[in-house]
Amino acid sequence: MRRLLFFWLLSLLAVPLGAQAQPSADDDSAAIALLEALDVGSFADKAAGIEAIVQSDDERARGWLQALLDGRLQRADDGRFVVVLDNRGRDWPVEDALTGEPLGEMSRRDLDRIGINNALRNQLRSAIAVVDLYAPDLTLRRASAERLLGEVDADLAGPLAEVIEGEEDARVRQRLSQALAIHRLEQGEVAAVADLEGSLHPRVRVALARAASGDDPVLVDAARSALNGIEQMIKVNRAAETLYFGLSLGSVLVLAAIGLAITFGVMGVINMAHGELIMLGAYTTWAMQQLLPGQPGLALVLSVPAGFLVAALAGIAIERGVIQFLKGRPLETLLATFGISLILQQLVRTVISPQNRTVVSPEWMSGSIAINDALSLTLNRMVVIGFALAVFAGLMLIMRRTRLGLEVRAVTQNRAMARSMGIRATRVDILTFALGSGVAGLAGVALSQLTNVGPNLGQNYIIDSFMVVVFGGVGNLWGTLVAGLSLGVINQVLEPWAGAVLAKIIVLVFIILFIQKRPRGLFPQKGRAAEG
Amino acid sequence: MQASRFWLTRPFAERSTQLFLAVLLAAMTLVTLLHVALPQGHPLHVNAYTVNLFGKYLSYALLAVAVDLVWGYLGILSLGHGAFFALGGYAMGMYLMRQIGDRGVYGHPELPDFMVFLNWDALPWYWAGFDMAWFAFLMVLLAPGALALVFGFLAFRSRVTGVYLSIITQALTFALMLAFFRNEMGFGGNNGLTDFRDILGFNLRSDQTRLGLFLASGVALALGYLLCRAIVGSKLGRVCVATRDAEARTRFLGYRVERVQLFVFVVSAMLAGVAGALYVPQVGIINPSEFSPLFSIEIVLWVALGGRATLYGAVIGAILVNYAKTVFTGVMPDAWLFALGGLFVLVTVFLPRGVAGLLAWRIRRRRRPDDDEPTGSEVSA
Repeated sequence: MRRLLFFWLLSLLAVPLGAQAQPSADDDSAAIALLEALDVGSFADKAAGIEAIVQSDDERARGWLQALLDGRLQRADDGRFVVVLDNRGRDWPVEDALTGEPLGEMSRRDLDRIGINNALRNQLRSAIAVVDLYAPDLTLRRASAERLLGEVDADLAGPLAEVIEGEEDARVRQRLSQALAIHRLEQGEVAAVADLEGSLHPRVRVALARAASGDDPVLVDAARSALNGIEQMIKVNRAAETLYFGLSLGSVLVLAAIGLAITFGVMGVINMAHGELIMLGAYTTWAMQQLLPGQPGLALVLSVPAGFLVAALAGIAIERGVIQFLKGRPLETLLATFGISLILQQLVRTVISPQNRTVVSPEWMSGSIAINDALSLTLNRMVVIGFALAVFAGLMLIMRRTRLGLEVRAVTQNRAMARSMGIRATRVDILTFALGSGVAGLAGVALSQLTNVGPNLGQNYIIDSFMVVVFGGVGNLWGTLVAGLSLGVINQVLEPWAGAVLAKIIVLVFIILFIQKRPRGLFPQKGRAAEG
Repeated sequence: MQASRFWLTRPFAERSTQLFLAVLLAAMTLVTLLHVALPQGHPLHVNAYTVNLFGKYLSYALLAVAVDLVWGYLGILSLGHGAFFALGGYAMGMYLMRQIGDRGVYGHPELPDFMVFLNWDALPWYWAGFDMAWFAFLMVLLAPGALALVFGFLAFRSRVTGVYLSIITQALTFALMLAFFRNEMGFGGNNGLTDFRDILGFNLRSDQTRLGLFLASGVALALGYLLCRAIVGSKLGRVCVATRDAEARTRFLGYRVERVQLFVFVVSAMLAGVAGALYVPQVGIINPSEFSPLFSIEIVLWVALGGRATLYGAVIGAILVNYAKTVFTGVMPDAWLFALGGLFVLVTVFLPRGVAGLLAWRIRRRRRPDDDEPTGSEVSA
């Protein structure tokens, strides 16, 4: 493989430097000569020097090229070539460019940088990519193949075809053949269009678009139809992306609203402090990360039970402290809990800070999964969607399969009858409120991964949560799930078309109108339980 | 006083109305006298700033009366009355904007500054006519009234009540807030309408105009109060209370509950609009923050603190809370939200009938033990 490249480069170069390319006992003198060739006045000579290094087959070639590109390859006053490791401060730590030995610190005044210009920079990038193509490391090969897309010229085209033959990794092979096809397309080869069809990479589209505006009618037609196909696929991918964002927003809404739906369903009270319970959950995550510095992943995992507990305890305090005195007066409960929400907000502002706090995402949640060139799904949203579904499933289990769930459903349907059957309704109230509040805390933990954690966090979600509950209907968890997800998707679908604010307004107006048709939501309670 | 045949003057026969009007008139006279008659620097002199502040309180009081009409007597907890207030305010603000003429920063003869800034070259169609005072003042009534009519028609027809209605009204004002924040709406976006110069030819920054606005607010409050009293004391008012206490039963008795609700709701929205129109020239600005759900729910607190279903309680509550707000935000701004939140909790738990309920209970205990007014729990049903 290396030989191939070597011969290719050899044939290109006007200056025959082949003798230096063979690694031998006097390796260092050859290497010094290579580097000497870089420390010359004219950029054209430097370009030749770079080519020489590329073809030298020296193990250190990539490091030199990279150092040269970064401006870290320098020459000391005593004539040695060094690589600067850190160029901040007065004295810079350096290592020998040939041996890699650390040479301690050198004053910046004793060093001369080997300058490059933009043309050289481009040349260096391509050169590094070519060198990397032969690297045993797969990630390096993949990155290099990415970089070569649209950068292939006549000189590279020949050997590239051979490289493709020998490459084992399918992705690298595909990329390289696309890179080659772009080059063939530029040469006016119609068959190349077939190789580019179906690729979503922006550079492929640029190349096709350029071909589509060319002179050759056959090529123009082929490129155009290929472009059309690609546009169609991009549309599909955009739709998938919108759906993904919508589902992610929707799952947040479901998390935020589901606790509200439970407490509203069972006790008939609207808890306006629900948003602040979400905020408490988010702040718990932040506090956990402060307690466990350097371990954001562990802190996040621990915040799930902690956030639940903190919010649940706060919920119990609210229920025992205020709501139990307002039985049967839902409008007053609404006002009192609104007061609590103001107090909690101000408390956080006074005790912690009015400023937003940042919660770090652990490594396994950052980054994204690339489905193809036009669609990549961010991991944190993926985790939040999964988390929301898990919480939903957990709540379903509690409601369907446990004693508490049975009692909760009984009290929701007919409080008086349930009590006469021996269910302690007050206890159910407390536990339901704790459960609903705890779920709000979980929503806060999830939200801390998506937005800033600040005193207004809860306020931003409370109205949306209400809309989900009103839309989905009370006392039905499925209703909340469907309503939350569909509101999220509707919002995201409208957003590019109408703008974020207008999308929100349209959704609100839509819900107000929807209430006309179905005053009790998508999934209304049936029978006598509905008259509350 | 003789019981009158004319419906608006009928409430003059009630003791509470006589007392309320007498106190209001006395307060207005006193403030005017202390402001005009006493020289500056006299310890009892009321300066123009304070007169202005009182005027603001009076417009808030009118707003509170409007909320009390629907909440206290109809049982509809509107968390969106700030929207009607703000719409009235915007109608007034648009008129005041047009009165600036070419005295704006950019000196454009017709366009307000923010439109010049946005590079608009003509007034949007809905700004037409706002240079005429009568049209603007009509809009102060019609804009909130129309919104209340459409919204109320949709809501009451499909029997949306209770907390559902509260949440939907909150969503309404929230949606409007978002809408008015947009520059493209043509209402000045984030900054709203401000930099007003004069109203009906009087300079807004002169002390006389401020006194005049204060008196106008007082008169509007008195008229609004009378109107609400007249409605409440009429047969319609009794249907309202019946609806509040047992909606289904009232419907079965043959009353068209949704029409009653709609009528009272629209009247209340118009009163809120008038309050907004009086508020704007006194504070000199109207921006989308008046649409914020927090403000709307604060209004409800004024009414709850003062005492529901009394009307005069709403006035007391509005003035008390806003006075406290002025003092608190001046002395220790951080504590205000604590105080406000605490008030919400305390009033709902310990004072379900508000200050007025406390007063009435004291008076009644001296006179007779039995109580013919509805208790708090019935009111909220």
